[in-house]
Parts: sequence; structure tokens; C-alpha cells
Amino acid sequence: MTAVRGGRVEARAARRARRYGTWYATEYRLRLMRAYGGTILAGTLANPLIYIFALGVGLATLVEQKTGPLSAGGHGYLAFVAPALLGIAALTVAMEESTYAVMAGFKWDQTFFAMNAAPLSPAQVASGNVVIVILRLLVGCSVYQVLLFAFGAVPSPWGWLTVLVAVLCGTAVAACLVAFSSSLEGEDSPLALVMRFVITPMMLFSGTFFPLANLPVFLQPIGWVSPLWHATELGRVLNYGAVEPAWLSVLHVAYLLALTAVGWLLAIRVTTSRLSR
Amino acid sequence: MFPGPVIVASDLRKTYGDSAAVDGISFEVAPGEAFGLLGPNGAGKSTTMRMLGAVSQRTGGDLRILGLDPDRSGPEIRAQLGVVPQSDNLDRELKVRDNLIVYGRYFGMSRKELGPRADALLEFAQLTDRAKARVDQLSGGMKRRLTIARALINDPRILLLDEPTTGLDPQARHVLWDRLFRLKEQGTTLVLTTHHMDEAEQLCDRLVVVDKGVIMAEGPPAELISRYSSREVLEVRFGSDNNAAVAARLGSIGERSEVLPDRVLIYTANGERELAAILAAGFAPITSLVRRSSLEDVFLRLTGRSLVE
Ligand SMILES: Nc1ncnc2c1ncn2[C@@H]1O[C@H](COP(=O)(O)OP(=O)(O)OP(=O)(O)O)[C@@H](O)[C@H]1O
Ligand SMILES: [Mg+2]
Repeated sequence: MTAVRGGRVEARAARRARRYGTWYATEYRLRLMRAYGGTILAGTLANPLIYIFALGVGLATLVEQKTGPLSAGGHGYLAFVAPALLGIAALTVAMEESTYAVMAGFKWDQTFFAMNAAPLSPAQVASGNVVIVILRLLVGCSVYQVLLFAFGAVPSPWGWLTVLVAVLCGTAVAACLVAFSSSLEGEDSPLALVMRFVITPMMLFSGTFFPLANLPVFLQPIGWVSPLWHATELGRVLNYGAVEPAWLSVLHVAYLLALTAVGWLLAIRVTTSRLSR
Repeated sequence: MFPGPVIVASDLRKTYGDSAAVDGISFEVAPGEAFGLLGPNGAGKSTTMRMLGAVSQRTGGDLRILGLDPDRSGPEIRAQLGVVPQSDNLDRELKVRDNLIVYGRYFGMSRKELGPRADALLEFAQLTDRAKARVDQLSGGMKRRLTIARALINDPRILLLDEPTTGLDPQARHVLWDRLFRLKEQGTTLVLTTHHMDEAEQLCDRLVVVDKGVIMAEGPPAELISRYSSREVLEVRFGSDNNAAVAARLGSIGERSEVLPDRVLIYTANGERELAAILAAGFAPITSLVRRSSLEDVFLRLTGRSLVE
């Protein structure tokens, strides 16, 4: 029985938890991911190929018949939608990792309560839920960009920076979704509503597949508040040198950073109030 | 080693909206002691435990765990606690042994030190042969033992157990008690809640009886019984329609009596003598039973209600 009472570890435990707690919370989510790693991997590879093929080969032919090869400054329709595709992929990842997985930790398995009973703080639990998405975004968006590049959709060397823009966009949405999912105590149906009436319309009406200017004026504000619109517009500047005023580019970045900060802080607040009741 | 009491609660309060779940309780727990909170549903036991566990913020009063203030030193306190919550929050996505490993990571332990430690704890919890099973495949008693094993991963100074055996069958309960006894022998401070008087009597050196967020009495189980109850209790049944009427006519038999819906309890130093007196007076109980007083009787005396509703 002496084995059970080994050396005291608590002083070190508290120090490490204060320092690395967010990483421990992230590590937990990573470990859960292993169980469905195959599905994630398949999606990471297959989804881009499906989209690139459908848009680059199918839709592009149609679009370019109308607009001529001039779209995207002569680089073709696929180069025009490439930043949007990255952004949409980022939103998909955010949705997959920040909704039911987060609700489960509070509601079904209550594992977040267990983490908080250990030295981890509620803020670290919340941050772990955001950081795990960032990790998945970095991998997923990079793979996507490599495939886009292979299909000739990344004409400018600056285009590689689009990966970071998409990651930032996904992080902003993920942080907000973590805050929202953490607040759900009853049914999970509000999540389905958010996906149907917020995320999906955002994917379609953020100047993704056609310019925002093509929308009726009264619908255009949808684009301005949409993180995906900001990410896509900035991505186009980087990807093929689309022209926009510099202040607008700065605004895109600022908006995405601000949304990330607000969402993240909210996630911490909601998690703290829920765990420390 | 920390000198003095490991837990000091004074006038501890927790309110939710307008209602007070914990309404000013004070107690101390000494190192190595097994301390119990005994009380019915809704007494505020779990709420108190969550505050002791440095997760739930108190609304009022003062609390020191190992000399530290939970509001400021949460991680430092929790690093020295083991927590067994009322409902198991094991990770069902993970295997039995992995539950221990993953939990140990939250204490900053390396995988290398966690391996042998997890194995020793599985041995302690008598779950070695289930190491690779899924949590869902465990029985209720096994899950409870696994939760306790997980709570021990950091070699805690204080183990908080919220109703450790509720819902378990008697045999599983005895296995668990045996494990807790061993921990106690090794000097781990145990704080547990229960609404089973036998559990409180078995495990606790000292306990508080709580009801509606306040402490009704405090002391070692035997002392509480001798203070608030007689040595023996005679239980007689006259049929649910007659109990109250007969009890009213029993007069001076026994020191005191309680009428429950299904039986009459007569408190006395000598149960057999009172039974003889009842029979001699011409009453004919359907059944009768003489037993020693228990914490159940203490609770009944203090609150006028049964512990288990
Ligand atoms: N998060 C909460 N919000 C509002 N009220 C709460 C909350 N938690 C507990 N309460 C209330 O506080 C009171 C005490 O609850 P608590 O869970 O501490 O009782 P308990 O003694 O553990 O009961 P049980 O034996 O049923 O577990 C109850 O009236 C309960 O409804
Ligand atoms: Mg309880």
C-alpha cells in the first residue's frame, strides 16, 4: 500500500497547473480526438478535393463563360473562391469542435467539472476548448491550401498567408461558439438553430461564391458583420492581389481579432460562472 | 506538515437567489480525522462539499482549507485534495486506466510517473483486471471505486467524498468501506457526506448533523447517540390505523416515544422491560423489536423527521 502514497506532488502540481493548465485542458481534447482521428483525417483530405473539383471544374466553367477569364484579375474563378473555401473549411472545423463536444463536457459527462476539481481553473478549461480548435485549424487549413496550390488556385506567394487569416476567422467563430455552447444547460436544439440560421447563411452570403456587391443593398450588412466576409476579402488581397484600401485590410484583421477576444473572454466568463456555482 | 486543523469553516454560507443552501455553518476538521456531514436530501451537503473543494465560491463566512483561502488559492488547495463527487463524472470515452492517467495530467504529473501510480491505484481499487475495459462496462460499485482511485492520483491530504456509497448494494458498499478504512489508517483526512446512518457510524470519527443548511448537532457518533437518544429503542407496530391512538394511551411507558406512520418508537434503557409492560397493560402489538439507538434516532429527535424519506 505504500505505493499508493508516493511522494507529495502538490506544490509542483499547483505550480504546473497555474502555468500549463490551458495546455493540459487542450491535451485532454486532443486525446478524445484520437478516437475519431480517422474521420477527421478523411474529412481534412476529402472535403477540399470535393469542393475544389465542384467549384474549380464545374462552377468555374460556367462562371468564366459569363465573365471571361478576367475574374480574379485573370487568375480564374477558383483563385477567386479559394480564400472563401479556406474560410468555410475553418468555420466547419469550428462548428465540429466547439458545439456538442463542449456541451458534453458540461452536461453529459461533466468532465469539465472533474478538471476544475483538479487544479485547473475554469478559465483554463475554456481556453483549452478554444486552443484545440486553433490546432485543428492550423493543420486543416494548411492541408487545404496545399491542395488549392496544387490546383493552381494560389497565384501569389502572399497567398500562403491566407492560411493564417482563415485560422483567425475560425478561431473567432470557435471562441463565440464555445461561449454559446458552454451556456447551454437545457436542450441542445439551440445549437442546431445557430448552425442553420447563422453559420450556413454566413457561408453563403459573405461574398464567398459571388461578390457581396451582387447582393441587394439591404442584405449587404450581413457581410460586414460576418467574420467570413472579412477573412475572404483579406484573403483575396493576399491570394491574387485584389485591390482594396489599406485601411480596409487593417479593419479586416482588427475585426477578426476583436471578435476572437470578445468570444474568448465570454467563453471564460460563462465557463467560470457555470463551474464555480 | 500543516499544523492545526486542515479545514476551518466559520459561519459558512451559500445562497442561490433568495434561498440559502448553506446557512451559516461552522466546523473544524483535524488532520487524519474522518469527518462526516449527515443530513437528508437538500440539507446542503453537496453545496458545502463544493465549497470545501475550492470550486464553488462562498457567499459569506470564512473558509480555510489547509490554511489557504479557496477564493485566492484554488489551484494550490485543489492540488492537495481528492474529490469524489455525488455523481460519477468519469470519462466514458476513455478506458478505465486512461481515466487515471488523463486525470493525473491535470496535476502536472508526467506519463512516466503516472503509469506505475495508475497501476497501484487500480490494484487498490481492485480493478486491475478491468484496466482496459470501457467505463460503461463497469458496475456501479466499480465505477465508484474507480472515481475514488482517480481522486487519489495526486496522493491527496484530504479526500472529499460526497455520498460515496449511495445507490450501491450492501456488498459493494462494504468493499468500499474497507478501502476507505485503509486510507484512513494511512492518515488521509476523510470528509464525507451521507444520509446513511450506518455509514456515518462506521466511518466517521466525528460528524455534524445538518438540516436545511444549518448544523443541528456535532460530535462523535456514539456521543451523539448517548446525548440525544436512549440506550435502546423498542419498535412496536399496531397497524397503521392504530399506531397513533395506541401510543397516546401508552402513557408513561419508556422515557419518550415517537409515532411514525408505520410504527411507534419507544426510547428506553431497557427495551424488553418496556415490551413486557406493554403486554401486561393489555396491548397486543402485531410485531415488536428491540434494538440499540442509532443516528437515525438522533436525527428524528433533532428534526422530527426521518433521515431517509
Ligand atoms: N446550482 C444551484 N442552483 C440553485 N439551487 C441549488 C443549486 N445547488 C443546490 N441548490 C439548492 O440548495 C439546496 C441544497 O442542495 P444540496 O445539493 O447541497 O443538498 P444535499 O444535502 O447534497 O442533498 P442530496 O442528499 O439530495 O444530495 C437545495 O435546496 C438545492 O435545491
Ligand atoms: Mg448532495
